[in-house]
Parts: sequence; C-alpha cells; structure tokens
Amino acid sequence: MDLSSINPILLLASLMVAATPILLAALGELVVERAGVLNLGVEGMMITGAICGFAIAVETGSPVVGFIGAALGGALLSLLFAGLTQFALANQVASGLALTLFGLGLSALLGQSYVGVKPPPTAKLDIPLLGDIPVLGPIVFAHDWMVYFGLALTLVVWALLKFTRAGLILRAVGENHDAAHALGYKVVRVRVLAILFGGACAGMGGAYLSLVRVPQWTEGMTAGAGWIALALVVFASWKAGRVLLGAYLFGGVTVLQLNLQAAGVDIPVEYLSMSPYLITILVLVILSADRSRAPGSLGRVFHASS
Amino acid sequence: MSTPLLSLSGLTKAYPGVVANDNVSFEIQPGEVHALLGENGAGKSTLVKMIYGLVRPDSGQMMLHGKPFAPTRPSAARAAGVAMVFQHFSLFDALNVAENVALGMENPPPMGDLATRIRDVSATYGLPLDPSRTVGELSAGERQRVEIIRCLLQDPRLLIMDEPTSVLTPQEVDILFETLRKLTSEGVAILYISHKLEEIRTLCDHATILRLGKNVGTCIPRETSARDMAELMVGSAFAAPERARRNLGEVALELRDLNAASPSAFGTSLKGISLSVQQGEILGLGGVAGNGQDELLAALSGEIRSDAEAVRFMGEPIGRLGPGPRRKMGLLTAPEERLGHAAAPDMSLTENALLTGAEREHLMQRGFLRWGAAEAFARRIISAFDVRTPGPDVAARALSGGNLQKFVIGREVMQRPSVLVVNQPTWGVDAAAAAAIRQALLDLAAKGTAIICISQDLDELMEISDRFGALNEGRLSEIRPAQGLSVDEIGLMMGGAHGMEVAHV
Amino acid sequence: MLRLEQRPQPSRMWVYLTPLVAVVITMIAGGALFAALGKSPVEAIATIFWEPLFGEFAFYYRPQLLVKAAPLILIAIGLSLGFRAGIWNIGAEGQYILGAICGAGVALAAYPSENVLIFPAMIVAGAFGGWAWGMIPALLRVKFGTNEILVSLMLVYVAEQLLAAMSLGLMRNPEGHGFPGSRNLQQYEAAHNAELITGSGLHWGVAAALIAVIFAYILLNRHILGYHIRLTGQAPRAARFAGVRPNRLILFCLGTSGALAGLAGMFEVAGPSGQISIDFNVGYGFTAIIVAFLGRLHPVGIMLAGLLMALTYIGGEIAQSNLQLPAAAIQLFQGMLLFFLLAVDVLVQFRLRWIRTEAA
Repeated sequence: MDLSSINPILLLASLMVAATPILLAALGELVVERAGVLNLGVEGMMITGAICGFAIAVETGSPVVGFIGAALGGALLSLLFAGLTQFALANQVASGLALTLFGLGLSALLGQSYVGVKPPPTAKLDIPLLGDIPVLGPIVFAHDWMVYFGLALTLVVWALLKFTRAGLILRAVGENHDAAHALGYKVVRVRVLAILFGGACAGMGGAYLSLVRVPQWTEGMTAGAGWIALALVVFASWKAGRVLLGAYLFGGVTVLQLNLQAAGVDIPVEYLSMSPYLITILVLVILSADRSRAPGSLGRVFHASS
Repeated sequence: MSTPLLSLSGLTKAYPGVVANDNVSFEIQPGEVHALLGENGAGKSTLVKMIYGLVRPDSGQMMLHGKPFAPTRPSAARAAGVAMVFQHFSLFDALNVAENVALGMENPPPMGDLATRIRDVSATYGLPLDPSRTVGELSAGERQRVEIIRCLLQDPRLLIMDEPTSVLTPQEVDILFETLRKLTSEGVAILYISHKLEEIRTLCDHATILRLGKNVGTCIPRETSARDMAELMVGSAFAAPERARRNLGEVALELRDLNAASPSAFGTSLKGISLSVQQGEILGLGGVAGNGQDELLAALSGEIRSDAEAVRFMGEPIGRLGPGPRRKMGLLTAPEERLGHAAAPDMSLTENALLTGAEREHLMQRGFLRWGAAEAFARRIISAFDVRTPGPDVAARALSGGNLQKFVIGREVMQRPSVLVVNQPTWGVDAAAAAAIRQALLDLAAKGTAIICISQDLDELMEISDRFGALNEGRLSEIRPAQGLSVDEIGLMMGGAHGMEVAHV
Repeated sequence: MLRLEQRPQPSRMWVYLTPLVAVVITMIAGGALFAALGKSPVEAIATIFWEPLFGEFAFYYRPQLLVKAAPLILIAIGLSLGFRAGIWNIGAEGQYILGAICGAGVALAAYPSENVLIFPAMIVAGAFGGWAWGMIPALLRVKFGTNEILVSLMLVYVAEQLLAAMSLGLMRNPEGHGFPGSRNLQQYEAAHNAELITGSGLHWGVAAALIAVIFAYILLNRHILGYHIRLTGQAPRAARFAGVRPNRLILFCLGTSGALAGLAGMFEVAGPSGQISIDFNVGYGFTAIIVAFLGRLHPVGIMLAGLLMALTYIGGEIAQSNLQLPAAAIQLFQGMLLFFLLAVDVLVQFRLRWIRTEAA
C-alpha cells in the first residue's frame, strides 16, 4: 500500500469532474421535484443521454453536438414520463421505475455498435492566466467546459427559483397544485416543462459520463448515478446550492475510493466500490430527520375536476 | 336605472349526471353587496367559477359593464376587474405573504415595491399583515386577509367572496364587514356567497337564492325574515331536532392537562386541555378552523398518543392506547374529513364498515374476515340512517357528501358507543341530512352515551349541546352551560378578534 | 378534444382488461421495433410467444417456463404486498442476491456432508438473508424516516459488490483452478434443488411460488392484515384511524418481500444456476416489478404475468439465436410492456370523453 501515490491536487481536480454528472442530473431533478413531480426515472434518462450523446458525438465528431443530442434524448425520454403521469395520471413511482427499465433497454439497444469506440475529446478550457496559478490553477481552472457549465447551471437554477416569476409559479405549482389551478396557472403545462428540463439535464449528465469521465460506452455504465442524484436532491433539501455541495461530497468519495483502489489499499476492491452507495445511505439517514422542506404536492396526482 | 356592473342571463352548466346550473339569471349593481344563497350542492361554486373563468358555461351569457364577458381563464377575469376570495385551496403554506399575493396578480411589481404596497393597502383597510411571514404560520383570519389584500391590490370592480365568515369568530366577522362596507362605499360590488341567513340580513342589499342549480327567487334580505329565506333555500321546512330530557350519569371521559404535538408541519399543538363529559351529556366544542380541532379528535381516537393519565375513560387511563383498543372499550370517533380519513374513497361501503366495526361488531374471527357479517352490518347502517346508495358494494366516493356523512356517523352510532366524539358532523351536508345527523346524536345521548361534538357551526352547537367550550390556538376555554350564552360571550371564548385591529373607516 | 372524466367508482371490467390491452399494444409496438431492426415483425412476435409453447422444441422450453417464472412470481408476490401499501421495495435484486449467498453459504460450509437437513437449512438461510437485507431499508425508514426506495436500490449495488467479493474470495471453489465462482451445487446432492419430477422443470422454487400465491391470496382477501395493507395504500390516514400501525406494516412488507426474494435467490443458486458467480443475478428483481404491476398486484394475476414474462425471456432467447434479435431488444420489449400498462391503467379510474367545445 502506498498512500503517498495519491496526489491531493489531482484528487481535488478530479473531484470536480466526478461530481459533474450527478450535479447535472440532480439539478434537473431538483426543478422537477420543486414542481411537485417525483421522477424516479433519472437513471434511465441518464443512460439514454449517455448513449445518445456518445453516438452523436462519434458520428459528428463534435462533443458539443453530442451534449446537445444527449439533452434532447433525455428530454424525449422524459416526455414519455410526462405523458404517463400528467395525462394518463399514472402513479409517479411506478412510471419512474418504468422509465428506468425502459431506458436501460433502449440504451443497450442503441449502443450495440458503439462498444469499444473512442469518443472525440471534449475541449478543456485552459484559461491562460488562472490555469497557471499553482495548486489552485489545476484544481479549479483547468477543466473541460462542461464542468463550468454545471457550475453555471447551478447558479441559473438557484436564481431562477428564487428571483423570477417563472420560478415562483413553479414553486407554487409544486407546493399546492389545487391552489395554483384555482388561480389559473396551467399546472400540467408547468410540470411538463419541468419534466423536460429534468430529462435534458439528466441526459447531459449521462453524456458527461460516456464522453468525458469514462470515456467510452458500456451497457449499464451509469451504475446507479441517477439514483445517487435522486438522493442528492433529498440531501440538498431541495436547494440548488446544497446540490452543488452534495455533488462535490459524493464526487470526493468516489474519487478517493478509486485512488485508494489504485494505491493498493489492503481492502478488497469490491468493498471499496460499495462505499459511494453506503455513504449515500448514511447521508440519507442523517438528513431524513428533516423532511419539512419537501414540496407540498410532491408525488401527488393532479386532476382538475372543474 | 344605471347599467348593472355584471348581469348574468340564462347560465347553464351541466356535468355528467348533474345539472349544476340551470338557466340562472341575475344582476349586480355597482356598490352593492349581492348575496348568493343556497345549500351545499345548490350550484353556488359552479356559478362563481364561471364568473371567475375557471369553468365555461354550456350556454347563457354574461355582461360586464354592459359588454359581453366570457373569461376563458382566471387571469382574464382578473384583468376585467373581477377578483375572488376563495373558501379553500388558494394559498401556499410554504411561501410568504408577498409571494402569495404576487401569485394572484397579473403583473406584480418587484418584491420590494410589492411589500410596500401590501403595507399601504393593509393600513388603509385595517388589515395589518407582515409581507415577509410564511403563510402556513398565520391564523385562519390572517390567511383570509392575505386573500383579500391580493384582490384589493388589483383594484377590483367586483369582489367574489366564498363563505368568508366560516373561518372567523363573531368579532372578526364585524371587522370584515367594516372592511367590506368601506369597499362598497368606493363603488366596488361584492358577490357574497353564504348559507348563513343572519349574516346576509346584516350585510347584503340583494339576495339571489339557488336551489338544485335553479334560481328560485330574489329578495331584499333586510326586509325578508330568515325563516322565509330558509324556506326558499331548502324548499321545505324541517322539524327542529327534539331534545328529550336526559339524566346525566357518571363521568365517562375525562381529559387532564392533555398536551400533544401536532403531527403536521403547520398544525396546532394541544396545550393543557382539561375537560370531562358525563353519560348522557353532549359537550359542544366550538372554535375557528385550525385551532386544534383535528388534533383533539386524533388525541381522543388514539391516532395521537399522550401521557396515560391525560385521557381517562370510565376512570381508566388510556392515553397510551391506540385506536383499536380504545374502540374495543367503547370510545368511538368520527373525524371531519370524510374521504380519506373517516372512509377510504375507493373501497366499498362494506369494506368501509369494516374500517372501524371489525372488532365491536365481530366482523372477524382470529384475524380472518367475515365478509358476510360485514356486508350485513353495512346494510344495517344504510337502512337505519337512510343512506341513499344502490347498495353496499358501491365505492364510498360515489356517495354524495350528505349520504357518506350519514354512513360514517351511522357506522359509529350503530356500534353503541359509551363515548362518541365527532368533528364537524354536518360540514358540507344538505339541511335534511344535517337534521337527521343531529337528531341521531341527541337520541344517542338520550340512551346514555357521552358525546363530544366539535364543530365550527355555532348554531348547531347551541342547538344540541348541554355545555359549551371553545378551542383557541390549541387551548380550551372555560366550559359553560350552553343555554343563555350570548353571541358576544361565545365570540370572546373563541378568542375574540385574535388581536386584529378594527378597520379605521 | 379528449378529456378524462373520473368514474364514480373503479371499473371492474377495465381492471381485468388493461393487462390484456397492454400486452396487445406492446406486441404491436414491439413488432414495429423489430421491423425497424430489419426483422420480420410477425416472425419475431411468433418466435417469442408461440415457439416456446407450441414450437418444435416446446418439450424442452415448457419446463424452462416454470424455471424462469418461479423466481419472478416469488419475488413479485412479495413486492405486491408492499406496493399495495405504498411501500416501495425496489431492491429485490439485492435481496435475491443475499438469499443466494446465505443459502449457498450454508451448503458450502457443510460440504461435503450429506445430511438431509442441509437443504431445509439452506431454505431458512436464504429466506433469512433476503429478509435481513430487506429489513435494512425497513428499519431505517421506521427509525429515521429514510426513503426506502433509495435505500433499497442502493443496497442492490452493495449486494452486487458483495456477490463479486464472495465469488472471488470467501466462496471461491478451492478446486476451481483459481477461476471465480463457487462449487457447483448441482453436483452436491444434499444441497441440490433438483427437479421433483424429471423433465418437468418443477423444482422446489416452483412449489414455493405456488404456495406464496395461495398464501398471498388468502392474506389479501380474507385476513385483517391484508385488509390493512390495502387500506394503507389507498388511504393512509384512514388506515391510521382504523388502528393500523404504519411502522409494523413497513417492517412486515419489506421483511416479507425480502424473504421471498431471498428464497427465490436460494432456489436459483441451488438449482438452475448452481453456483455463486459474479454474473449470478440477471435482473429478476427488476423484472419482477413489471410482473407485479402487470398482474395488477393480485396474486393470481401475478402468477399469469410471471408466466407471460418468462415466456418473453425464453422466446427472446430463441429469437436471439434464430433471428439474431439483440438481447437488448427483448429488454426494451419488456420495459415497453410496463409503460403501456401504466398508460392504459388510467381507464380503470377514468373514462375518455370526447368534448366538442374546448374546455377551460
């Protein structure tokens, strides 16, 4: 065992990379849940995004187009969920599970010819001066643009929910859909839009896995990242800032665990690989005492009777 | 005569199986308070939903300021100067006052300016309110202010108020009426929906009476007796419940300094409640909604546990027991919410009979259910309480409010309780069913059952109870004999004006 | 435009009809999918649904049907109890793995004894393993209010890692020349979950599934506990009013479904699969969710749905080898089934109405 082989600077730098996929997916789910919808299909949308983004990036040679394609793919899949829950009034838990099972099958089918292919590299933003700052430079300023996109998106979601009228309406719909309906807001429309946004974010998160983090396509490669993203939203008490914090925490655990594996710690690899899941459970337990912040209408079926 | 502010002609709206409004016409003049009077289910809410753009009429026409008016959305109605204060369902507990107000406006100003305007308007109309408070923490009266201010900020020409006094104490009602009179003096018209006749006689200039969706008459309330209006509204006269002379037995249920935290985030905790009720006695507990009624019922049913000694049944401490054991001993309860609490909406009446009757009616044997016996029990309730339903296989939610309420109350009464606790036994129920339920409670008391009736309907409580107390913010007032209590005294027991200021007009 | 209108009460007819309609729509959509993959849709559908039952090699496939259906039914019966009560155990896959590990653990520890009590002990151990794994989310939910959906799902990944650790470490076959995987229990008579009638596919797991169906039926329709389960799912507040203790119900439902999934895993590892290996689990725990819903959470329905789903597995394998239909297409096909089912399910509570004037 050689712990000195772990470079703390690289560790912190890779933490931001490891956190990005779940950050993106969790931000999307945050918006969905604030609108009062519980979409458990994040895993399915992520893996669909992973293959859509991967395939499109490989075919076009452009990771940017790939990420856009991933967002569209995720949103398209989430449209199925929107149809089930908002129009056919199906149970949201069951529909979310269906979405995940469906997404896993769909992605496996789409990805058949892409196993073992190398994707085009995603550009790094080497910010000239900032990137050269010792220690801080490589940790904070030498990543690919999606990392910064994730950070920017956190800021946008936070500001949108807190300061804009659209955000207020979204929160109102999630808090009490009957009241929102009585005031004349289109509950279903708001929710469908939120679900689409959630799908797009999850899709991009998935594509980040297949295009940057791994980078290649394998079946079932999300390996529970979507579920961790769901846990993250609970962890964050439905607040964007805390989603970022949580994502970095989980990113840190993942990276540390991988580094320990590489350093040859005297614990079987399998037990180290369990750790992100176990820590997710642990964090959920610690935070589940406070459920008061959950949106009032979360998971409830809305049907305008009048 | 000037152009009416709003005129309705021949409005009709049908839902599958029921005509909610059938050819309804009337007019509202600027500056008048116009009452819309009717029983539950008479079609009042459908009518105002059409005016407010939530529902579209099948036929008929509306004119506002002499021009055709057909709002497709509430925002269109609001833009035309129509505002509405809802009875339920229009506030967001987790949002603050300013956000709630903003949601009811078309083009709200920035939050800072809005807060200032809220303060201005609330000062003008005597409705003090802090824009930054979370709505879930407000009292019922304060919540109503939020709704009223939300409306006033848009300079409405017509203000629709749906049962606004059902959440107020008598003193708070006076304050509200002052505010409304100030508004009408400024030319605002008010469409006032209620079934409380005295209130309408005090406040309203004209009244339109609906029965089963039809306009059955108009009158000038000040010149019409409450009795005549009631007959128009109900269609026939009802015998007032008969009170047999009762002999009070020993104390059946006693609470001593009962404290219990509310299970819900914005609920009211019970603080130091003490009371006792004797066999054959009816204790009426009044109070404005949300002052601990649900929690008290839950603490008595066993859904909320407390210190063993805090609840005593026939002298035995039962505070730690759950609903099952309490029921077995003879302490039965009927909660306010029929669908989802007292009954499971999608289950049949037979299954719902089983819900509380399994133990006392021997509907199960060593855990195995006797469906035949359960169905027989359901049939007995249906026939004894005149529940209108095709049969016991029908789902609970297919019944009308009145019929389901008769079933739910009947289910408990038929089990011969030693103590029965009911919460809002006639809420949202038509007059005939309400009379039947009250009579059933009186009859049960005559047979020696101790009854606690929690209700927000003061007339009901005065009609049936022997002693009266009121809940206010989770505390119980002094309990006094019901006979001879004045409205003012009752109001003060309910908490008076809750520190609200009177409008300075 | 079309509008949904709530029925005064749930439609009995549609309760039975929706699964059939969903299957038909899935066949149509699946056919379209297979056509898009360049296969003849009719041939593909016929291969999946006809071949295993009535084809040339049906004598071989029919027993396989029972072998595949048994774990699906066993797990789905357990899940359905919780689903009815609004308690969402979606980690049956993990409980299935733990049941297998514990069951096989007993056998491997006893090896090479031929004591007749070994197999019964394995059954107990398998049920216990699944039960214990299911009790983790149950206890966390009861003690801390932790979301059981996420915890039970996270535990699947933990179980998969545990499975890998076992097949590479503790349980590795000492005579296996270093290859991962345990001894093969099919060759260890005292531990082998053999066919009760040779060639029938009928092993102890099938018998257990049948017993589970009967027990679940009696529980749900004749017993107060089953009534309380249904009541809790439909109206949680009314259930508390009736005297149901939600925490006990959570422990019961998660524990029972865990135990049944554990049993399924144990019967699988001692029989058809034979050994603990890294790829022992093939997703029965997730497919069982589809089975539970397709069977309308009703024991008899689940039995039929389990057989149908087993058919798609076997037919899918035939289609794979005969038509070169990709395995993923079958997986997608199964996913579609749940989708369409949930979509047509709306007709149980609502009816569609054509409304001429546009509604507000």
